[in-house]
Amino acid sequence: MAIASSPARPATTRSRPARRGGRDGGGRGDLRAALVFLIPASIGFVVFYLVPAVRGAWFSLTDYSVLAPAEFVGLENYRRLLDDPLFWNAMKVTAYYVLVNIVIQTVVAIALAMLLQRMTRSILVRGMALLPYFVANVVVALVWYFMLDYQIGVVNVLLGKVGVDPQAFFGDPALALPTIALINVWRHMGYTALLLFAGLQTISPQVYEAASLDGASAWRQFRSITLPLLRPVLALVLVVTVTGSFQIFDTVAVTTGGGPVNATRVIYLYIYDLAFAQLDFGYASAMSVVLFAVLLVVALVQLKLTRADESDNA
Amino acid sequence: MTTTDHHRTGRARRRPGRAVAAALAAGLALAGCGSAATAADDDRVALTYWMWDANQVPGYQQCATDFEAANPDVLINIEQYGWDDYWTQLTARMVAESAPDVFVDHAQQFGKYASFDQILDVSDRVEESGLDLDRYQPGLVDLWRGADGGLYGLPKDWDAVGLFYNEDLVAEAGLTAEDMGDLEWNPEDGGSFERLLARLTVDANGVRGDEPGFDKDDVAVYGMGYNESGGGFGQVQWASFALSNGWTYADRNPWPTEFAYGDPALAETIGWYRSLIEKGYLPPLAVATSGIGTIESMGSGSYALLIEGAWNARAMSELQGVDIGIAPTPVGPTGERASVYNGLSDAIYSGTPHPDEAWRWVEYLASPACQDVVAEQARVFPALTASSERAIAAFEEIGIDADAFAVHVEDGTGTLPPVTDRWAEIQAVMQPAMDSVLSFQAEPDSLVAADDRVDGLLADD
Repeated sequence: MAIASSPARPATTRSRPARRGGRDGGGRGDLRAALVFLIPASIGFVVFYLVPAVRGAWFSLTDYSVLAPAEFVGLENYRRLLDDPLFWNAMKVTAYYVLVNIVIQTVVAIALAMLLQRMTRSILVRGMALLPYFVANVVVALVWYFMLDYQIGVVNVLLGKVGVDPQAFFGDPALALPTIALINVWRHMGYTALLLFAGLQTISPQVYEAASLDGASAWRQFRSITLPLLRPVLALVLVVTVTGSFQIFDTVAVTTGGGPVNATRVIYLYIYDLAFAQLDFGYASAMSVVLFAVLLVVALVQLKLTRADESDNA
Repeated sequence: MTTTDHHRTGRARRRPGRAVAAALAAGLALAGCGSAATAADDDRVALTYWMWDANQVPGYQQCATDFEAANPDVLINIEQYGWDDYWTQLTARMVAESAPDVFVDHAQQFGKYASFDQILDVSDRVEESGLDLDRYQPGLVDLWRGADGGLYGLPKDWDAVGLFYNEDLVAEAGLTAEDMGDLEWNPEDGGSFERLLARLTVDANGVRGDEPGFDKDDVAVYGMGYNESGGGFGQVQWASFALSNGWTYADRNPWPTEFAYGDPALAETIGWYRSLIEKGYLPPLAVATSGIGTIESMGSGSYALLIEGAWNARAMSELQGVDIGIAPTPVGPTGERASVYNGLSDAIYSGTPHPDEAWRWVEYLASPACQDVVAEQARVFPALTASSERAIAAFEEIGIDADAFAVHVEDGTGTLPPVTDRWAEIQAVMQPAMDSVLSFQAEPDSLVAADDRVDGLLADD
């Protein structure tokens, strides 16, 4: 915008020379004021994000162990990463988690958002959908851990009542990861639904009226009106939830701790273990840098594919 | 999972409720202590002392009070952090160069800190003060020898494991306490120990494991419980069996150069151990690790027997609704019993501004005056031989048969845990390896490949 309008500016300013100085002075004043307002956020950004990120990138090229000075080892950590079966396993496990978590969570959240919009106007009912999100991650994980316990968990007791054998939800390698993914769906679906609900509110009711007059079915309206018009919001929600989903850590840490047999050893848990249990901060940093690159690519691809910066809302 | 993590590294925490109560009590004690400090003159040197077991705080608070009375120039601040956060916190404080002056140390952790020069070598001070190291239980001092021969702490206490059993379930199976104290096992047919487990296991129809018609897929009471695979340590799982089958962790200890996870004696033991799972006497690994905790399962009567550490004897004896008996681990093919024989020490942070005062406190912690106070608490066995005996008597007084643990010291059948600075990395290899074997995803001989990876880690140095 600024570039497009600049050729016109000289003519205007020339025609009113008297105000030129004042305007330019005002521009500099704006910049100065803007800088003053930007300083606190910039300091926070530099101190808490930029410096740690640059330090992390530097540590990834060293054998840093926190208790001894770091020594430069070049790309050794990255080479080691290529032949580390645990790293590749962790990436696979994380991708599987993101897939299960995001697909189910998005479908459930869209359905919940539609229900919130159509079935009720009650703030109370709409607010209740958010309740699980208000409980801390670790508490949610522990409560489910007790409820899904093999011997005394209420879920297995109920399963027993309907004749289903008890399930080792956290002990069975095939069940452990989906179980954790579903626990987090439960916690996050309300919040995600709320974001989508806000998106639904922006769609004009007239569009639906017109579609009804044309005889479109509810499903057809959903497919041809709701989804396309919701897309920018959905795209944003997906980028945020997918990035968040990749960062799964706490639920795993307080339930399975990465087991059984690495079935839930997600990438963040592996990085944490390497850094804080094995004091191998150099290698853990290299892994974090790779994860950063992966997340960056995933987010860019998502934004591109969902055309998040464009809207169909005419 | 929190309890599982404890066992993995060798120590278990008590039930949270009581831990919280003890922590509150400790907090009150500390608060009282703090106000006393402001009243006294401010020239006192304040030492921070860290420990993880909330149940032991009252005993050590008593030691601190006595020490302060005898050393008016020093003030002791005891701080307690749960096991789960302890080592991360400690590392972070070392990085910040503000670690506690003195802290309780664990054999599997100390190697790492000693190799990074974070712990003070006290061998010169021991010599200077003429401290008699022979008065401690055998082996406990050597646990704290660094690779350089230095001494990185004074022994504080020791522990061993035993068979904790539900007295009612054992009586119902027609067995006596004498039977429990007289068990043997072997990897071929399991011996009288396996026959006991078969007898104690009951399916949902009330059929015992040694009776015809036993349904191993629908077990109501497992003969023996366990919390997880035990990784490369197996302290409260398979170690007592492997060690009494002529196996040992490594070529030498402390500071091994090669581990022995590829030894056929271990594969044989693990093969037998997991055959108990196949037979239904032990729960499948998925079930065992899915449970909230083995002690709770003992309390609910789901397990008839459990291998547990002496540090949990008090918690087990206080379980509501079940009477717990304790027997020594069974005699193995070597003709002897076996147990991991572990200990803790008090270590001085190398960066402390007050090494002399810290040494006085550590020396006091390792002295009969303090260790007798700890003994009377009947929580752990102090490292001093004389104080150990007092603790055994104190345990007996509250109805806990401590001889089941002491027998390993008397007979010399305790094995010290491997001391190395690479323990965390070794566990990262051995935990999934042992999980795979016990969950039947891999055969016991797959431990040979895991052993190669472990030895590869050691060769990196």
